[in-house]
Amino acid sequence: MVYKIDPEIDRHYIEEFRQKPIGAHSPGLQRLLNTMRHDPSGKQVVLVCKRPFEEWVLGLMPVDRREPIAIEDGPVFTDIEEAEWEVFRRRWRLLTGESINRPLRD
Amino acid sequence: MLKIVGYPERYSVAPGEEIAFKLSLEEGETFEARLVRVVNGDCNPAGPGLKFPHIPTEIDGIHAGKPQRIDAGSYMIAADMPAVAAQPFSFLGFVWPTMPTRDEQVIAAQWDAATQAGFQISIGDDGRLSLTIGDGSGETETVRVEHAMLERHWYQLAVTFDPASGEVTLDQRPLIPVAVIRDHGQFRGRIRLGVKASALPFYLAGRPEADGTIGRHFDGKIDGPILLSGIRSHADHDSLLAGIAPRDVQTARIAQWDFSREIESVDAVDIGPFGRHGKLMQMPARGMKGHNWTGEEQAWPRKPEHYGAVHFHHDDIYDAGWETSVSLTIPDDLKSGAYALHASAGDSDETATRETYIPFFVRPPRDKAKRGKRPSVLVLAPTMSYLSYCNHAEHITARGAERQMGRLLTFGHADLYMYDHPELGGSQYDTHADGSGVCYSSRLRPNLNFSPRYHSWLGGPGSALYQYNADTHLFDWLDHKGVDYDLITDEDLHEEGYDLLADYRVILTGTHPEYHSTAMWDGMKAWIDRGGRLMYMGGNGWYWRIGFHKTEPGVIEVRRAEDGIRTWAAEPGEYYQSFNGEFGGLWRRIGRAPNVMAGVGFIAQGFDVSTFYRRAPDADNPRAAFIFKDVPDEIIGDFGLVGGGAAGIELDCISQNLGGPPNMLRLASSDGHSAMMMLVNEEFGVVPPNLGGDQNERVHADLAFGETPSGGALFATSSIAWCGSLLHNDYDNNVSRITWNVLERFLDETPFV
Repeated sequence: MVYKIDPEIDRHYIEEFRQKPIGAHSPGLQRLLNTMRHDPSGKQVVLVCKRPFEEWVLGLMPVDRREPIAIEDGPVFTDIEEAEWEVFRRRWRLLTGESINRPLRD
Repeated sequence: MLKIVGYPERYSVAPGEEIAFKLSLEEGETFEARLVRVVNGDCNPAGPGLKFPHIPTEIDGIHAGKPQRIDAGSYMIAADMPAVAAQPFSFLGFVWPTMPTRDEQVIAAQWDAATQAGFQISIGDDGRLSLTIGDGSGETETVRVEHAMLERHWYQLAVTFDPASGEVTLDQRPLIPVAVIRDHGQFRGRIRLGVKASALPFYLAGRPEADGTIGRHFDGKIDGPILLSGIRSHADHDSLLAGIAPRDVQTARIAQWDFSREIESVDAVDIGPFGRHGKLMQMPARGMKGHNWTGEEQAWPRKPEHYGAVHFHHDDIYDAGWETSVSLTIPDDLKSGAYALHASAGDSDETATRETYIPFFVRPPRDKAKRGKRPSVLVLAPTMSYLSYCNHAEHITARGAERQMGRLLTFGHADLYMYDHPELGGSQYDTHADGSGVCYSSRLRPNLNFSPRYHSWLGGPGSALYQYNADTHLFDWLDHKGVDYDLITDEDLHEEGYDLLADYRVILTGTHPEYHSTAMWDGMKAWIDRGGRLMYMGGNGWYWRIGFHKTEPGVIEVRRAEDGIRTWAAEPGEYYQSFNGEFGGLWRRIGRAPNVMAGVGFIAQGFDVSTFYRRAPDADNPRAAFIFKDVPDEIIGDFGLVGGGAAGIELDCISQNLGGPPNMLRLASSDGHSAMMMLVNEEFGVVPPNLGGDQNERVHADLAFGETPSGGALFATSSIAWCGSLLHNDYDNNVSRITWNVLERFLDETPFV
């Protein structure tokens, strides 16, 4: 049976991800991310670069390529890891109903 | 979004030759052009930055431009045809529809788009066979069978029409009946509209539209299409294909196109009495299993009669066919290397990029007598790997890509343009809209990810470079070190073989020289065996076999057969390349593993972060002393612009029993890989539970060196990310020093053994 996210079990991986959004993760965090990164709707969150190495925003790629990518006006990220953290927080909220209010960096 | 795009007529040009550039402007009517040398295409502020020295030429200045479009979709055209519908006629054939529920798709037509005259045989309305008649006044009438075809099922079609009476019969007969589902469609009736028949070109898998394009393409296979005069049946079709048709049926043939003939060509041979041969346009797939394939033979050259199908796609593209916007004659004294046409049409901002760099390479003169004294170093630009990845769009089409990357998928303006323009055609990593793999890739179209400044969703974090733009790190390093070198492309090597390499002592590859034709492989191996010194500057090289078309320039073929990292898999029975009849797939499956060429071979891939190498015992072997001059370090390459380290993206290692030389020294091995750096699938039979580099000891790159019996040598970095570390700390680092030490010794003519 495919793993289902359990906030009680998985909550402690939040901090691990916050410390290192991109790179080697523990098996538990990797399982969590593999689960979070699958959207059964077929849509795909993407990172849209507005200015190379300076500014990015999030976008949502639809199922049907004939439809446009919905590009957000903001938040505007100046660091890719900030965008990873934002997507992580949104997905956690979607899957558990819980909000993560901590910023990426203290 | 890109407001200006383009492509060169070829990727390699010699001094004195002309090269044409074809551009499309989304805005305005002019653009400014100039020639630049490409030294560094990476605008990452953590690196040295962009370097595009301007080379003044006669093209400096303003040029006229306009929008240019691509008319994608493959089809067959037979130009010299009588007015088929002037008499009673029959169309017989087999089809294997792959998107039967898509819009109206023309299987066969003789149609005047301007006056709506003629006939077309189509599938539409969820996949039902139909006949449409046009009277030339704008009126059309369509009749259809009741039941729809199933996707990827073979149907035998018989369509008959008597223009005098208007009587029509349609029959779509499934070759394999299915219980419960009704897909045998039949119609018998009358069309009231009078047909206007004209001696126009005849089309398969598309028809002319009023705007001058060819549209309404059919997705799927067509096999054994025959036009006959008179009212004919499936039995007549069968007897003609079996070669046992009565004389009256044989002589009734208007045309019988046999796609099992001349499979290597773009010709559609009419074996009927009139020789009304057709041309296959925009490169539909050939060497495809026909309706009668049994599995008894896997190779189309040995049983072509089982490979009588052509697979058409509405998104096939061979030649964009754009008009030339500007041409440049290469100055006789222009140094060999990487160049680009820089074209700009205004200022760029966060919503639009209004400049483009269209890359190409200047090779040494073709005429050996004109070459004069050449450098000892040759760079082999892996242009066929650039071409295989042309408009690589898995970030758009493959929903597992974010998981695979271990990070968000980044879209720059080029990616957004790619998303909006599927008519650019995909890479050989993509699938057509119908799910079948893209096995042909042509350079006669814009190649958005073969460009300086392109930052790839696939490249490692940091500069995010992959393929061509990653190779500009090597160009920059060579430039900084003052290395005098010539450059040739894969296509040059394919055309001229060993002879083109013979005079060079050292060859450096790009970061990912993955695709090689037999002629390329043989030429390189011959050079190594005769004393060449190879510096393999990347990873996952000499992996896939490709074929070049024998008559159509600039297009390659790959068959994703049996094994290897495949984003799609060739159908069983379709492993042989249509361009040349060779068995396609991994070179390893043909008995020529990458190790045979370079001493190392593909072992793992992962796209999250790159790591470092740790010095191995062989580093202290006296044979390797020159490599580690001034490099006492235990850790090598724990820095870099591609993923943050020298070991990443795709890795090779020394392996026993794959045909590599047994004397390779393992100088250093990479360490610290994450679970996302995973063993490649040709390396296991049973799927192991420890695929990732955090648990699998085989997941590592080997920095390797070995001498060859003829006095030459092999040096393998074994990592795509290696060159991303060359520029670190103002080019002063242990990756740079090791690379320089090797190059310096390789340039010394003293034999290694």
